[in-house]
Parts: sequence; C-alpha cells; structure tokens
Amino acid sequence: MPEELVLQLQGIGKSFFGTTVLRNVNLSVKPGEIHALVGENGAGKSTLMNILFGMPVIKDTGGFEGQVVFDGNAVKMESPRQAMELGIGMVHQEFMLLPGFTATENIKLNREITTKNPVSAIFGKDFEKLDIKHMREDSRAAISKLGLSIEDWVTVAGLPVGYKQFIEIAREIDKKNVKLLVLDEPTAVLTETEADKLLDAMKKLAASGIAMLFITHRLDEVLAVADNITILRDGEVVASMPRADAKVERIAEIMVGRSIERTALPKRVKEPTDDDVIVTINDLRVNMIGENVKGVDLRIRRGEILGIGGLAGHGKVGIANGVMGLFGSSGTVTKDGRTIKLNNPYEALSSKMAFVSEDRRGTGLLLEDTIELNMAMTAMQVQNRYLRPGLFNPLRLADPKAIREYALKMIEDLDIRCTGPTQQVRRLSGGNQQKVCLARAFALEPELMWVSEPTRGIDVGAKELVLDELVNLNRSLGMTIVMTSSELAELRKICDRIAIVYEGRVAGVLSPEASDVEFGMMMAGETLKGKGVKVQ
Amino acid sequence: MVGNRLETVPSQRKQGKLSGIFAQFGVPIFFTVLCVASIIVSDLDINYLIGELLSRLGRNLFIVLSLLIPVTAGIGLNFGIVVGAMSGQIALIIITFLQLKGLLGFVTAMAVSVPISVLFGYIVGSIFNKAKGREMITGMIMGFFANGVYQLLFLMLIGTLIPVNMNSPVAQQIMLSNGVGLRNTIDLSNIYYSLDNVFAKLFNWNGIIWTDSLGPWRVPLGAFFMSLLLCILITFLMKTKLGQNFRAIGQDMAIAEVSGIKVDKVRITAVIYSTVLAAWGQLIFLQNLGSLNTFNAHEQVGMFSVAALLVGGASVKRANIWNAIAGVLLFHTLFVVSPLAGQKLFGEPQIGEWFRQLISYSVIAVALAMHAIQNRKR
Repeated sequence: MPEELVLQLQGIGKSFFGTTVLRNVNLSVKPGEIHALVGENGAGKSTLMNILFGMPVIKDTGGFEGQVVFDGNAVKMESPRQAMELGIGMVHQEFMLLPGFTATENIKLNREITTKNPVSAIFGKDFEKLDIKHMREDSRAAISKLGLSIEDWVTVAGLPVGYKQFIEIAREIDKKNVKLLVLDEPTAVLTETEADKLLDAMKKLAASGIAMLFITHRLDEVLAVADNITILRDGEVVASMPRADAKVERIAEIMVGRSIERTALPKRVKEPTDDDVIVTINDLRVNMIGENVKGVDLRIRRGEILGIGGLAGHGKVGIANGVMGLFGSSGTVTKDGRTIKLNNPYEALSSKMAFVSEDRRGTGLLLEDTIELNMAMTAMQVQNRYLRPGLFNPLRLADPKAIREYALKMIEDLDIRCTGPTQQVRRLSGGNQQKVCLARAFALEPELMWVSEPTRGIDVGAKELVLDELVNLNRSLGMTIVMTSSELAELRKICDRIAIVYEGRVAGVLSPEASDVEFGMMMAGETLKGKGVKVQ
Repeated sequence: MVGNRLETVPSQRKQGKLSGIFAQFGVPIFFTVLCVASIIVSDLDINYLIGELLSRLGRNLFIVLSLLIPVTAGIGLNFGIVVGAMSGQIALIIITFLQLKGLLGFVTAMAVSVPISVLFGYIVGSIFNKAKGREMITGMIMGFFANGVYQLLFLMLIGTLIPVNMNSPVAQQIMLSNGVGLRNTIDLSNIYYSLDNVFAKLFNWNGIIWTDSLGPWRVPLGAFFMSLLLCILITFLMKTKLGQNFRAIGQDMAIAEVSGIKVDKVRITAVIYSTVLAAWGQLIFLQNLGSLNTFNAHEQVGMFSVAALLVGGASVKRANIWNAIAGVLLFHTLFVVSPLAGQKLFGEPQIGEWFRQLISYSVIAVALAMHAIQNRKR
C-alpha cells in the first residue's frame, strides 16, 4: 500500500554536463525502516541524496528526471528548506556545522526557541529573544537520545570529528517533524567505538518510527543495522534485498561487479633494514588542533612501507602534516643526512618528498581547476617540470602537451572516472578526487611519499586500486611510503611495519602480523606505563 | 575508552596569555602608545584635548557603530555607509528647504532619511549579494558611483528638472545664483546643536539639573544619549533571532542556507540597518558641525569610520561596541594631536598630519591583508 511508505523514488535520472550519473533509480522506504544504500564512489549515491534534499547544485545543473513521492504526495524538491519542512533530515558527508557556534546553537540553528518581548510585538518575530535555557535543555535531550554526553555549550570549532558527527545527528533528531533521516557516510570519520555507538543510536531512532536512509562503505555496518539494502552501481540500481538474504561478500561482489581477491605482496630484491634509514625524525612536535603531536621519534627505512595508525585525536595525522610544513612544528627531521627545515612546504617538497593530504578538498586540490592542472601543479612549481624550455625559470610557460600526456596516462592507470582531463576537479566524486591527489604526488617522482588516509571515503574497488598502486610504486620504483590510516586492516595489508601513535607519541612499532590484542592494547595506551586512559 | 564518552582529545593547545592579549589588542595598544607619545611631545593642554574628544566622540561614534552589524553578518567593513551618509544629507537639504528648525527639524530629517536610506540600503545589499566575498571593494566603488549620482542631482537636476522657486529667501541662500545647483557650503544653523544640547534645552528648569557643560568641557549629551541607545539596541539585537541569523551567515553562508536561513534576505537586512544608521550618524555629525560641505562631507565617512573601528582593535570578521568606542577615541586623539606634534618636532604641522594619514591608512591595509591571510589559512 503506497500510503505506508515514507519515501518513494520513481525512475530518478540525472546527468551532469552530458555524463549520466543516475539512470531510472527506484527505491522505497517504510516508516521506522533502516534502508542501506551502498555503492562505489561515483555510483551516484551522493547525487541521489542531493536530489532528495533539494540541493541547489541539482537545480543549477538542469534538474532531474523522475518523481519523488514523500508521505504519499508527489513533491518537487526545490530547496533544502522544502525538504526540511517535509520532514527530511540530512546528515551530510561534510560537516554542516558553524565552527564559531556552540553545540546548542548548531543543533538549534534556525529553529531557535524564542520568547516574545515588547520590541517583537511591534516589529515581528525576528526580534524575539533567544531562549538559551530551553534551547540547551532540548539539545541535551537530543544528545542523550543518542546515548552520549557531550557538553552542549562548547564551541564546535576545536572539537574532534567524532563529536561533530554526533552534534550533526543530534541536530537532525531534534527536529520534531522529522520522518526520514538521511545519513551520508556517517561513520566514515568515526573510530570503531564511536561508530558502534552511532549504530546503536540509529536502532533506537528507528524503533521510535523514524525511517533512515543509510549510506556507507562499511558493509559490516550495513548488515548490523539495515532492514533493507539497495545497491547502486554506475548510477543504476543493480540489486535490492532484505538483510536476511544479504552477505558481506555478496554485497561487495555486486557493488564492485568483480570479486575481490587477496594476494600476497610481491617480494623485494633487498628487504629494508635499520642500516639504511632514509628519514630520521627526532622529538617532532606539531601544533595541529585535535591531532597534536608531542615528541615523536621515528626512523623510516629506505624502501619500506611504514604504516602510522592509532585512534582519532591522538596525533597520527599530525606527523605527516608537520614534516611537510603544513602545520606549525618543532624538532628535527633529517633526510639522507640533511636536516630539513620545518614549517616550509617548499623545502619539504624539494627534498624529494611528496604528500597526499587527508584533507583533499581543503589542502589537497585546487577544486576550481582542471584535473590535468591539478596533477601537474606541484611538479611545475617545485621542480620546474611540465614547463616549456626558456631562459628564466620564473617566466617559463606551461607545456600543455606534456601535461595532457601525463594526465591521460594517470586517468587510465588509476581508472579515474571523469569526462576528460579538462574536467573541473570539484565535479568529481570523492574517490576520483583522491586519485587525482595521488597522481599529483606521483608527478613529483618522490623518493618518499607521505600518504594520509588515502582510502577515506572511497569504495572497496577504488580502495584496492589505490593500495595496489602504492604497493606497485614501492616495489617497482623503490619509493618509500609512509601511510597514515585509521583503518588498521589496510595498514596490516600492505605495510612492512606499523607505528602506533598514542597521545601524540609513538607507543610502539609492530609487525603487521602482530595479533589483534597487541594492536588493541597499544592503541589504548596500555603499554605506556603510568598513563591511564584519561576521560575528559 | 570508558562509558558513554567519546575519546578525549589529548589536551588542547594552550597559548601564552600575554601573546594572546597582544594578538587581540595589539593595534589599540600600539595606538595608545602613539597617542600618549604625541600628547607628551605636543605639550597639549589636556583640558582642550578632552573637550575636543568629547565633542568628537559624540559626533562620530554613532556612524562607527553603524558598521558593526555588517561585520557580524560576514559582509565585512561596509564602505557602503557613504551611501547612507548621502541619504542623511539629502534629508538635511530637504528640511533646509522646508525651513524646519531645532529639534523638530532634526527629528524630521531623521524621519525623511529613513525611506531614502532603506531604498539605498536595499540596492547596495542586492549588489553585495551579487558580489559575495568582494563586498568591501564593491562598497567602496559604489560609494564613488553614488557620489556621481549625488552630484548630478544637486549640481544639475536641482533647478532644472526639480523646480525651485528662486525668489524664496532659502533658495537664494543655498542655491547657486544662476538657479541651477546647490552652493558648495550650506549653513545648517537651523539645526546646529539641536540634538547635542537637547537635554539642556528641554529640561533646563533651574539651570542646574541638565546642562551640557561639565566643568570646562561642553558635552554633547544628546549625541551620547543616541549612541548609548544604539549600543543597547545592538546588544539587544544580537540576542534575538535576527541577531542569531546575522551571526550564522557571518560564519558560513552555505551552511546557513542549508539550515533554511534566507541568506540573501538577511544580508540585505543587515546592509539596510547599516545604511539607515549611517544616515542618522551623518545627521548627528552635521548638526554638531553646523554647516554642510555639500559635495564633500560624505566622501571620507567610510574611510574614517572604518579606520576608527580597526584602530579600536576590530577585524573584518569581529567587531564590538568597545572596539568602536576605543577606536573613535584613539583615532581622533591622533587627529587632534598629530599636527601639533608635527609642529613641535619638525616645525611643520603638515608632517604630523601626513604621519597620521600614513598610519591610519596602513591600519586599514594591514587589517585587510590579515583578513586575506586568515581566509587563506582556512
């Protein structure tokens, strides 16, 4: 019966600039149902959500085909406001929180509780005073509904991502009329414990009758909470099934369209040893809010793949950012016996090191520029490559032919899904943007590559490709790679050694074959004597 | 990790307190030192300085305060207040033609300026919405453009398209003798000091309770009262829904839009407020001066107000009432003192004046550069 459905998508189609990204998508969600939507990056999930939420980007690029039926009525989704009024809540992949506002102010953004006063009696509702007390009560209620205790009157800016994600969700469930909650990869930035809490919270919410569309890459999560599963591939629904029929392997297989196999890593001619160290880090301190590094000592062997793991907020991400000069740092970093000046990205880049940032939209890419320019930019800047010959380096012009050649090669090697090398990077999906970042780092032909969270927000297939490419570079070119990742599994898959960071220091270096218990203990700081687990 | 808490952040960054204070109040501290030094060098009579400052504070504070709302709303320093100042002057010219006097004249001018400045504010705000992220330069250029229109109106159209009875005594006083265009200077003795000494006039029962002089100084109580009222209004506004909207769009327009705040509308509202307040601020300024420099009085308003606010320690993103007050005091102390200091040090008042200009413009330049740098960091 159609009136029992909260949401029905009928024959949705959408194309951007001639590329079809969605074709005849059908989907329906019942009240209180958790409906998982899985698919590779670039499969069209984000676009589908943008349509559902009436994001301006859809309207600006020519609207969409098909029909959205919400609560039994066909609706034209024209603005986020309309979607909100209908009762659709959205938890975005990128945080939609105002950094300078407190948690409460963010949760209550544009739905503030106000009290009347003489001025508002004359000049209207806009002049009603904010009722901070009741706003805080509501936010605390929403936060505790998620089974958490976060201080509700702290500014969001300095908080770790986990907190932000929960505040974002608290905001959506605080909306009284919310019937459908869309969660766009909510667990992508969370640690496992945080993710577990989120899943619990989702189940609780579903029990209270709120339907949920859950987009994720983590298939075990899908199986843990979803009632029904829809799988998208290349803009089409390729399968949909109830949870009872689903298995991780099967979903993964349908999603990627090819089976995933694990192979042993190829052997090297000469294994890296402590006798041949490429980079030595002594007492590195990095001032990166939320990821402070407080005195890291590390020796990186030439030719190895070194993993850096640890929980969010303990500083693993800060190490690469500090060495590459993106955040204020102190200490000494020596490469091949030469001390590298810190706080100077140019210096770091010109010492044959490259960096793939975890923040690809912020520091990794020039979003408004083309794929090819993004790939060649750093090499042009630092190494004067991809430039036409000329008398003075600063006056030399770009060499479009060489750039195009490299871009085409990389698009093919890394399987970047795009309309061509001149497409704007902003238009690419997350996974493809990440590949452009990698291509840019490769262009430097570095001896040492720092890669931070290379697979964050990337689907299974692309993940494999990225990891394979890293292994390939390491084995064929002998490039040393330092990979920072929140996903222990992938570190264990390709790394030779894994350094675990705890509270801004290296707690220890483990072999990838070490047991789960060893990794778990070290990440929780159990090996650090006298340092109990502190709770804020 | 324990219980229902999320992982703790390994202790947050703690900065040295002193350097934090300097980062925030560096500019005002620098200017205070400069002012004190200039006062010592110029050997100025302190009574004279205080008198000057009181009158200048009353004269200028209101218009500087009119900059606060756009800063909060993320529009930056609204150089478009020049347009507001012009609407104030248009209202003044109208009441001069109507020969309204005293407080009645002043209040009428305030009332007349409202529809004019609301209209102009709407136009400026709409253009700002088309030029998001470049509001400051847009506002500045719009001020120049509006100046052209203003000159067209009062040099060409008045007396031709707008008929003026040249036989009336008012017209003979303020129109050019050939009957087209206004004179360069218009005498405002009709409303001279009409606001500043309003208390002394209205409540002077026994000549004791209300007076506009305090010891040796003449205090523009009326203007102070208006500024105080505006401070209260702004403080109140920031605690309302509208104020929250201003703050929200000031941080991130995209996020505010997604939360359903009508960003463009709120931005226009902010600019309209600013423009109306600037019009009133210009009226307060001119009733204190007593004469209107028809074609130039508004020209420097934007620059000076912005400079004063920045000198008070504000930035493009953050400004409050105290920045405005401190800024007006410091900026105008330099105004008064620097020519004298130049005279004493170099025997040439122009050098002091040059020095003051150099410093105030470099403050603007530095503030804008800092803003650009901070933006890029993010």
